[in-house]
Order: sequence, then structure tokens, then C-alpha cells
Amino acid sequence: MKALWIITVVLLSVSFIKDRKKTFEALKIAVKRFKKLLTDFALLLIMVSIALTILPPEKIFRLLKGPGLFIGSFLAAIVGSITFIPGFISYPLAGILKEQGVPYTILASFLTTMMMVGILTLHMESNLFNRRFAILRNITCFIIAIITSIIIGIVFGEIP
Amino acid sequence: MKRYLIILIYFLILFASFTLKFRPGIEMGKNLLNFTIHMMKVLPFAFILIGLFDVWVPRKTIEEKLGKEAGIKAHITAIILAAPLAGGLYVALPAAALLYEKGASIDVVLTFLGASTLVRIPMMIFEASFMGIKFTLVRLAVALPLVIISSLILSKFLRET
Repeated sequence: MKALWIITVVLLSVSFIKDRKKTFEALKIAVKRFKKLLTDFALLLIMVSIALTILPPEKIFRLLKGPGLFIGSFLAAIVGSITFIPGFISYPLAGILKEQGVPYTILASFLTTMMMVGILTLHMESNLFNRRFAILRNITCFIIAIITSIIIGIVFGEIP
Repeated sequence: MKRYLIILIYFLILFASFTLKFRPGIEMGKNLLNFTIHMMKVLPFAFILIGLFDVWVPRKTIEEKLGKEAGIKAHITAIILAAPLAGGLYVALPAAALLYEKGASIDVVLTFLGASTLVRIPMMIFEASFMGIKFTLVRLAVALPLVIISSLILSKFLRET
């Protein structure tokens, strides 16, 4: 996060020194593009808050601890796709689950879908590209996440 | 219009929950606040970068480096562009849309989106510290090639749009 702030401030300063007019132009574009997505962001926040209330990290914890490898991985992929937990919560959560003996296969499935598949950002994605793009990309990424978790399972000796 | 209605209903429920001390509703309000703060730490900066990128990088450069004729090199460029990104898909999507508008081909845009969820360097280090380096590297080594291959295949289905 801090890196992002520093990079932005540095680049903005460099841009300002080089060309003031262009820099104001850039800020105008930033505001315009942000405004265009404002209701998308509002809807995203609303859906995230609902999803996190129905499926808080503690519940995810219990959900992934119980079932076996295959059901667990599939469940993890579904949960990862519909929830939206920032990395600074999801990685420590996965770390705790690992300590508790949850297989790597399940955690890979959870983390990969969490990052790549966004049911909650689907409306924004359809808006920026189109519905077909959004649906096809998300389905593809879901499949990629499943394949990745299977190979993780093989590499870590969980799947014979 | 429907969107504003949803937002309105949501805040009515939130307001009712706080006045009636309805626990899940209050929990939902707290989640909303936490997440809003989290996103506000990322979004303004990300959009300034998008604006700077838009004015300083000419369309011709994007077409040359990320366009249809650039081949596999374009995918590598897209991965490098995605690596320093912060946030999640909600940042990568607007950035990808800009690349697309400026002449990047659809398969390169798809690789950029995939890479932005996999190769973000700060997140990778964070992940490795909790899950082990082996886990992070295997996950990357499997998922990244799949992202590139699937981007090339998917783009064939998305041509007409």
C-alpha cells in the first residue's frame, strides 16, 4: 500500500515538473473515470459488506476445516469466488488454516479464486467490457484455479 | 435507476438496524465502513496513476507494444505492467479497460487481468511468508502459463464484440 502511495506521489511530482497542463489533464481524467464507476464501487461495497456478514472469516474457517479434500476444494473455490477479502486478511487466515492442518489443495483453491474470480465485481466488469467478456473470463479463471489446486495437491503429496 | 434503488434500500436497512439494535445489520455496517476505508486507501492513488498513464503514454506505444502485432512479447509486457499493481480486481479492471481503449489487443488485456491477480510482487512476498515459498512459486508456475494460454483461446471467442 505504501509503495503505491510513494510511486503515485513521485510520478505525480515528476509529471508536474515536466508539464503542468498535462498533469492537470491527468487529474481530470482520474476524476472523470472514477465518477463513471462510482455507483459500481458503491454497489461493490454494499455487496462485500453483505457477503462478509453472511460469511465472516470465522465461518469460512469452520467451513474449510471440515470436509475432505475434494468437497473441500470445491467448496473453497465457491467461497473464494463469491467473497472478497483483501490480501492482508485472507493470507493470514490461510496461514492459520494451514497450521490447523487444512490441506494445501484446499487453500490453493480458496486463495486463487479469491483473487481471480470476482462474482461481486461482475457488474463492474460487464460495465467496463461487456457481459460476455465478464462471464467467460470468470468461468475460465475458475477452471484455472481448480487445475492449479490439483497440481498443488500433487506437488505437496496430498493427491496420489 | 435500479442501482440507486438498491443503494437506498440498503441504507434504509442499515439505518433501521442501528435504531433497532439488530446485530447482523450493525455488523454489516461495520464491514461497510472497514471496506470503504480500505478501498479509499487504494482507489484515489490508482486512479491518479491511470490518469497519468493516459496522458503520458501515447496510443501508438500501446498499439505497438500491446497490440495485435506484438505477439507473445506483449504478454510479457502486460505481466510486467501488472506486477506493481495494488488492490484487487476493482483496481485491475479500470486499468485494463484503459489499456483496451488505447489499443491493446483483447488477449493481452486478459493476460494483464490474470497477471494482476497472480504476480503482484508485494502480495507474493506476503503470501510466501504465510504459506511458504514453495506454495507461492508452484501456484504461480502453474497458473500464469494457464492464464496466457487461456487468454489466447478466449480472445477467439471474444473477437466479434
